[in-house]
Amino acid sequence: MIRVRDLAARFGERTIFEHVSFEVRRGEVFVILGGSGCGKSTLLKLMVGLYEPAAGSVEVLGRVLAAAEGDRAVAGRERRALLRRIGVMWQSGALFGSMTLAENVELPIEEHTDLPREARALLARAKLGLVGLSEAAERLPAELSGGMVKRAGIARAMALDPPLLFLDEPSAGLDPITSAGLDRLIRELARDLGTTFVVVTHELQSILAIGDRCIMLDREAKGVIAEGDPRRLREESTHPTVRAFFRREAA
Amino acid sequence: MLAFSGRLDIEAAARLWRAAMRAAADRPAARAGEVVLDLAGLTALDSAGATLLLRIAEAAGPRAARFEGASAGVATVLARTRAALAAPGPPPGPPPLSPLAALGRAGVARMRRWVGGIGFLGEAAAATLRALRRPALVRGRDVLRHLDEVGTRAFPLTVLLGTLIGVILAFQSSIPMRRFGAEVFIPQLVGISLLRELGPLLAAVILAGRTGSAFAAELGTMTVNEEVSALRIMGVDPVAMLVLPRLLAATLAMPVLTLLLDLAGLVGMGAVMGTLGFPPAAVLAQLEQALSLGDLLGGLFKAAVFGLVVGGIGCHAGLSAGMGPRAVGDAATAAVVGGIVATIVLDGLFAVLFFRLGL
Repeated sequence: MIRVRDLAARFGERTIFEHVSFEVRRGEVFVILGGSGCGKSTLLKLMVGLYEPAAGSVEVLGRVLAAAEGDRAVAGRERRALLRRIGVMWQSGALFGSMTLAENVELPIEEHTDLPREARALLARAKLGLVGLSEAAERLPAELSGGMVKRAGIARAMALDPPLLFLDEPSAGLDPITSAGLDRLIRELARDLGTTFVVVTHELQSILAIGDRCIMLDREAKGVIAEGDPRRLREESTHPTVRAFFRREAA
Repeated sequence: MLAFSGRLDIEAAARLWRAAMRAAADRPAARAGEVVLDLAGLTALDSAGATLLLRIAEAAGPRAARFEGASAGVATVLARTRAALAAPGPPPGPPPLSPLAALGRAGVARMRRWVGGIGFLGEAAAATLRALRRPALVRGRDVLRHLDEVGTRAFPLTVLLGTLIGVILAFQSSIPMRRFGAEVFIPQLVGISLLRELGPLLAAVILAGRTGSAFAAELGTMTVNEEVSALRIMGVDPVAMLVLPRLLAATLAMPVLTLLLDLAGLVGMGAVMGTLGFPPAAVLAQLEQALSLGDLLGGLFKAAVFGLVVGGIGCHAGLSAGMGPRAVGDAATAAVVGGIVATIVLDGLFAVLFFRLGL
């Protein structure tokens, strides 16, 4: 689904990470983890083509979405077609504040398809139902709790039934119960709809609950220090940072 | 019998939707109570496709439709979507109020805002008294920063508007004045109207547009981000820390802005007089004859009061901002509109007051 090759990110002189390569396979929940400031969110933004990488390339669904040599990346109509096949849930939700939840979900549907009005409303209802927000359909984002905002963000990201969903910190700032509910939702959607997930998080509970595979970024190493099944990493990794990450939070 | 094959995803659903709805509604089979949706050929189904299938089944009638031949994956998506659609929707909102009740509610809300405004006045007055006893409460650096933003940065705009107003007034009044051969009195007309009325008024409008809105937006953002609550909890009086420096800056800057606007206007008028053939000396002589220091000082005093009021309305709008993304915008709008209206109402009161006092 995704092939990241030798990716690097720099802000001015400062290198965030470099030589990052990995693949995400169809239907899995792939977790990008690491401590604060290691570039997790930056990596996600590079993967959806929001920034141009300093080096390397990102191939999504068989197309080059971002590359250091900008002309290699798809552009124009092709890019638009590719972007509608991925969905992103932003860290803060990024819901449009002047629209109700239903309108938020309908917006991408209206923009990208010519479904009749009735169908759009029905689809929006289905998406909000999937994340358990049917009753809040007519409310504004400002009236929602943190967990509801995250779920609404997922519903909007899923509006066009993309085969690939990116989630930035889905459980940050949520209580354990809400967070566990969100993890269950992600697992169910991956299982029932066959959606591939790329999840950025530092919550140990979520990582172990949802991740099929993961990579761990590190600020000191400026790159990937571990890759594989998170449960096995917890048991078997000998890397001190990986051990510290899994041990301290598990204790 | 409706047979589906291949991928039924959102694009396919968009293509099929209208035709499928018509087919589902018209089929004789539906009337006979038997519609079979054959899903054996489906290789992939997403929730948009599932919504279409479920909608067809619903259109065909509650018991008439049957799904057949769904693979395990397709059946899962279908079940998942069915459950999602079956979840209860939003509760109906409260019934609309009768016109009388709506009017009453709006009236009460307005009254509350007025009372809130009076409360703000009291808070500001109390903070001022405290600051008089302990001047350290008002941070000098903040006052200077606001003076710069309210005053110096508004100078170019003020000079531009003042000059233009002077030119326009002189030119427009020259047309009727010429009919009486009274062009020589244009400096008196423009001078008096600028110094007594237009100078302070226009400066107040500039202040409301530039500064009142900025105060409201800045304080509104702080309110929305709970920075104001944080100050209160720290035991710092937000009115003393945030409002007083701004009020002081607006009150001090306004006479300066007004003076600048007056001067620029007079220069603009002088330029027009020049083109009409009156030398600067003649214009100055006319101005000296018509204007007194009282006209200027009265105008500057009014300007200071306008500054205080416009600044206060801006700060109050910011501090009483609600929640949500539109709150800050609403506060800025309220600040500008409130500031301009208050300025003009006050100007009327001043006119009566100055007349009674014989100024």
